[in-house]
This record gives sequence, C-alpha cells and structure tokens, in this order.
Amino acid sequence: MRTMTLGVLWVCLISSTTPLLAQSESELDALRAEIAQMRADYESRIAQLEQRLDEAENKAAGQQTPSPSPPPKVAPASQPNQWAAETYAGQTKTSGDNTSNPAIGVIFQGQAWSYGDDPDDYEIPGFPLGGEAGPLPEGLALGETEINISANVDDKFTAWLTVPIAIEDSEVVVELEEAWIETMTMPGGLSLRMGRFYSNIGYLNDKHSHSWDFTDQPLPYQAFLGGQYLDDGLQLRWLVPTDFYLELGAEVTRGDKYPAGGSANSGVGSYALHLRSGGDVGFSNSWQAGLSYLQADADDRESGDEDDPLVFNGQTDLWIAEFVWKWAPNGNSKQRNFIFQTEYMWRNEDGAYTLPETGPLPYDTNQQGWYLQAVYQPIPRWRIGLRYDRLSSDDPGRAFDGTPLMPSSHDPYRYSVMADWSNSEFSRLRLQYTHDEAGFASDNQWGLQYIFSIGAHGAHSF
Amino acid sequence: MKKIILSFLLLMLTQLTHADLNLFVCEPEWAALATELGGDNIEVSSATNALQDPHYIQARPSLISKMGRADLIVCSGAQLEIGWLPMLLRKANNPDILPGSPGFLEASRYVKRLDVTLDSDRSQGDVHPQGNPHIQTNPHNMLLVAVAMTERMVQLDAANADVYQQNLSSFHERWTLAIATWEKQASVLRGKRVIAHHKSWRYLEDWLGLTEVATLEPVSGIPPTASHLASLLNRFGDKGADFIIRAPFQSEKASNWLSERTGIPAVLLPLTVGGTDEASDLFKWFDDIINRLLTAGDL
Repeated sequence: MRTMTLGVLWVCLISSTTPLLAQSESELDALRAEIAQMRADYESRIAQLEQRLDEAENKAAGQQTPSPSPPPKVAPASQPNQWAAETYAGQTKTSGDNTSNPAIGVIFQGQAWSYGDDPDDYEIPGFPLGGEAGPLPEGLALGETEINISANVDDKFTAWLTVPIAIEDSEVVVELEEAWIETMTMPGGLSLRMGRFYSNIGYLNDKHSHSWDFTDQPLPYQAFLGGQYLDDGLQLRWLVPTDFYLELGAEVTRGDKYPAGGSANSGVGSYALHLRSGGDVGFSNSWQAGLSYLQADADDRESGDEDDPLVFNGQTDLWIAEFVWKWAPNGNSKQRNFIFQTEYMWRNEDGAYTLPETGPLPYDTNQQGWYLQAVYQPIPRWRIGLRYDRLSSDDPGRAFDGTPLMPSSHDPYRYSVMADWSNSEFSRLRLQYTHDEAGFASDNQWGLQYIFSIGAHGAHSF
Repeated sequence: MKKIILSFLLLMLTQLTHADLNLFVCEPEWAALATELGGDNIEVSSATNALQDPHYIQARPSLISKMGRADLIVCSGAQLEIGWLPMLLRKANNPDILPGSPGFLEASRYVKRLDVTLDSDRSQGDVHPQGNPHIQTNPHNMLLVAVAMTERMVQLDAANADVYQQNLSSFHERWTLAIATWEKQASVLRGKRVIAHHKSWRYLEDWLGLTEVATLEPVSGIPPTASHLASLLNRFGDKGADFIIRAPFQSEKASNWLSERTGIPAVLLPLTVGGTDEASDLFKWFDDIINRLLTAGDL
C-alpha cells in the first residue's frame, strides 16, 4: 500500500517536472540528480515514520490506560542536512543558562510629584482611606523597587514571588507582595493558586503598579480596596471549555487586609467570585468584560488617620463591573493603538464604626465609584491618556456629622491627563497632571514618573 | 436561577467543535503548514496574522479560550513569543500543551538557529540569546518543521496516522521541487546586499546568499531614529546596498525615506503567508518573495 503511494507520488513528481522540459538538458539532469537524492533521503524518513507509526499503533492497541509517551526524537536524516539543528542537546544548551534557575526581573520606579496643598492632610470626606491608598509622596521619591522571581517547581506546580522594596518614612521596608504556588496540570480547565496573591476581582486589581496607564490608582480602587486588594488564601479558576472566553473564579482568603481586617471568622475572613468573558471583533478590536463580588468581614479594621484611626466592625459587600476595549489597526499595536477602560464599583458597609472620641456607632451605607479612561498611542513609543474618576456616597446618618465618615456636599472627583514615552518595552517615562476635587477643595497636581525593568521579560497581559 | 446558569453552561458545552485534532499556532506560516499536513482532520487557528508583529501581541481573551481547547501548539519559539505565550499557557489551564509535553512544538528547535549568543545584553536591543526566531524564511526549515509536526500529529491522533504521512509525502515532494525552482530563480540574488528594517530575514539571507549590511532599527526592537537613518544615508548614499526590505507590519516611512535619498529600491516582502495579496499559500509566499526581489532589482 505504501509502496503504491510512493509510486503514485513519483509519477506525480515526474509529471510536474514536464514544464521544465523546455530548459536545457544539462540543467534537467542536474535537477533529476538532485531530486533522486532528495527522494532517497525522504524514503529513509518514511521508513522511520512507518516504524514509529507501528510502535504507536501497538501501544494504542495494547494499553488500557494511555500514559504520555516521551516526545519522539527526530531520527537524523540519512544525508546530513545543513539546515537542521545539529543536535538537539547542543541547541538546548545554548538556551539553558537559566533552565533550573528561576526567571528574575527587577522593576525600578521613581517619581517627582508636586501638590498645591499638603498631601499629608489628604483625606476624602466620607471615604476614610485604608490599606495602601493615599497620595504619592511630595517631591522627588523612589517608588517601589519590585523584584519578581518565578519558575516551575516541578511538572505540576509553578511558583511566583514578588518582593517590593519601598521607602516608608525614610525607612527601607521589604514587603511580601505576592508569594504563590499554582497548579499547572489540573484537569477540566481548572487551576488552583495558593499563597499570597492579588485578588482577581476587577480589571486593575491584579495588575502591578508598573503596568498601570496612570501613576496612581483611580478613586474607587483607593476608596474601596485600599489601592489593591491583596490577601492570603486560595484561588480556584475555571476556564469554561467554550468557543469563546469564559472564566469563573472563586477565592477564599484570610481577611487580613483592607477592606477586610482582623482575620475574622477564625482566619477565613473574606471570599470573592469573578466571572470574565471577552473576544475579538475582527482583527482590529478586542474586548473583555467582567463582574466580581467581594465579601469581607472586618474585625477592628483601621482606616483614616494612622494616629487617630477609625475602627470598623462589620461586613463589606463590593460589586465590580469592568469593561475594556482595545483597538489597533490589524491588531498591530506596536504602531498605533487605543484602549478604552472603565470600571464601576458599588459597596455596602454594614456594621459599626468606633471613632476616636465615641463608642460604636451603627453604620450601614451604600457607596459607589467609577472611572473612565482612554489611552491612545498615535505613533510608536508615544502615548497620551485621559482619565476621569468619581465617588458618591449615601448619607450615613446624623450621628456622623462632622466626622471623616460624612461625605462632603459634592461628589469627590478628579481628572487626569498623562503622556508617556517608552524607548523600548523595558523603559517608560511619564508626565501626569491631575486636577483633584476629591481630597481638597481643589488641587492641581503635577508629576513625573519613570519605570524601568531588567531581567525576565514582562508579560503582555490584556 | 442556578438551573438557568447550569443549562446555559451545558448548552455551551454541547456546542464544542470536534475536529480530530485541534491546533493552535502562534504564527500564520505554521497554520498554513498544518493545513498542508493535516487537511480536513485538523482545525487550526493562529494567534497572529501576517500584518501583526508576533513579538508584540497581548494575551487577549480569545487566545486564552482557543489555547484552552487545543491539542497541539506550534510556535516558532526562541523567545519570539516570550511576551505573551507563557501568560497564555498559564491562563489556559490546559495540561496537554505545556512545554515538554507532546502537545507543545517549538519549531525553532528543529532547525539550525542563527545568531545564537550567550553574550547578550539589552543595550544591543531586544536580542534573543537563543538565536534569531524568524526561521520561516528559509524553505528548508519548513520541511524540517513539517517532519516534526507530522510526528506530533501521528502521536496525538494515531487513527489518522496514514493520512498525515501521505500528506507529508505529498508536501515533501512538492516542496523540494519548489525549492529547487526557487533556488534556480534566485541564483542571481547571491551576494546582493540588503538593509533590513528589523533582523526578520536572517534565514532568507542565509538561504539565498544575501548579505545584510545594516538594519533600519538602530538596535533590535527600537524603531528607526532620524540620527540612525542619517548615518545610513551617509554610509549607503552611493548605492552601497541593493535592497531595503521590510515586513508588512513595519512602517514604510523609514524605508521610503532612505530609498528616496539613495535610490536603493525599498521592497515590501511578506514575512509569512498572507503578508501580501500574492502570498496566499505557502508556495505562493516564496514565489512572491523571490518575485518581488527580482522585480525590484531589475534582475
């Protein structure tokens, strides 16, 4: 059967050479000799493939539980092929300088920020800030210097570590931002992450600061998540096996970080759910939309002024809707691209606030926040962006008159403009202007920022 | 409510496509090759199209879902997709296609990589220490990858092994003949000097005996700058090169600027299948590359 196929192919080959007959005999002879040689080479390969096929068939027939067979070695061709990889081992060696060492990357950030008013007095009436939220330091300052280390642990687990080194009140502080292990081979499109990680709620929450399009987080993230929600626990993700992208996720965490606090419920203080979908529209457009929910228990959670904190006991329910649209002509974003991004958050906090001068006051208030932003890259390396962010709050009740929990008469909002320049994908310089009507009566802020990365290549996440 | 969600999910699950082998490739040339070798038995989708720079796309949602359902991944490798492939692999939760498994094929492992360096530093641009990843522009490499790809298809879908091998035989015959023709046509190009926009053509140059005398990018991955172009004008003003070549996704401005001032023809070449209207399949793609060079050089 196979010999016959070969024969047929040989005939095809001969017949397809007929247009060449017009050419000179000597050229044709040379061509024939060449083809004969190629044919000999190719027949030996076919023989090898046939043998491998027989092995594969025997294996398939004989095995009840198929086990993954090792990837086949391509048998060397009978004639040395000058284009082939000389030896696979040799070629692997050239790429193997970090095969068992983890990938290491360091991200350098720094900025210079100027305020009209003193940022130490910054507060948003009605929204006492917790966690890492708040204005950037005034003047020249080093941002987070972030060290990322990652590698596969073995055939089933992969690990990630992010250690930022920050300067807080002139002290060098080494933090543990992310330290997680994730499964790689769970069946059914599932994966489980354990350790410390940024929650997968919202679009921006799990993005590291160096990949943000503006220097700071939008107001709803600052007010409701303390910047970004980060905690210790478990995260299960399920990529639903559909034709389009649909991912469901669930997290259970300790509840130690704002908006949770105090590791309530014996150290199972918060849980989160997310659902995310997305797709392409033609070659030039793609989108992602998601809905997330976070429930966090707060046990003596502190926010507001560090020296005179507000203490909350109760429960936070937070809903986040996200939508991102990206455009690039033919999907070639290196030349030109446009990103539209928006998120809406709704929060209810139900419990009791203890203020420095009062006993517990019952508190049950709904608040909302949202932002819209657009970033456009008109030519390679240059981008400009515009962002509007806003908060609003229900009245928490007369008991909170004159306290930091009473919102001001107008909704807090800001708008920001930025321009950045990236020499390569490893460097970025940014200029940002923000008009702030949130924390102060009215403030104009200017800033410069740099972001540089060395080592492991960063990921182009959507 | 729960019932509605459940039945919605079940409905989606039943709509899954059922090709014998589901391929996800990073670049269009591997999709074209897979179609030659797999025919109707495979379904293939490509992460990038011919008008995109395969180094710079993002791990977008549609790619995550495609990768989640794939049986076999074929990518050029050598760090070409380093910005997005590891991210996709992590998000796709698909154990069958992890590196090292039969479902992951790194094409550049099967060819002799050029410009492998252990002495790399990003001051030389975004260089790939594992070698230049644009292996597809030497048709001999396509043949080597074809054999490797067929082996994986046979391994993963033994039921159709005969078909895959027959397809390989047929492709092998037609491709070797085509190579002979191209090499004959292109023999006049040997020794010609090219200025490339980016080092996308090292394997083409190696195959046809072209000499790359400069790149429009000052260093790899950094777009052409005015000062670098001025220095090129200085060096090649007296026609010190024969072609200025670029891929469709690279801006024509720098090519045209230098071409107008030096008289060296600027040539757009398809870097992969679909890169030009003429390059509609694997064979026509190389036909077009050689045609465009011969036409531009008046040869």
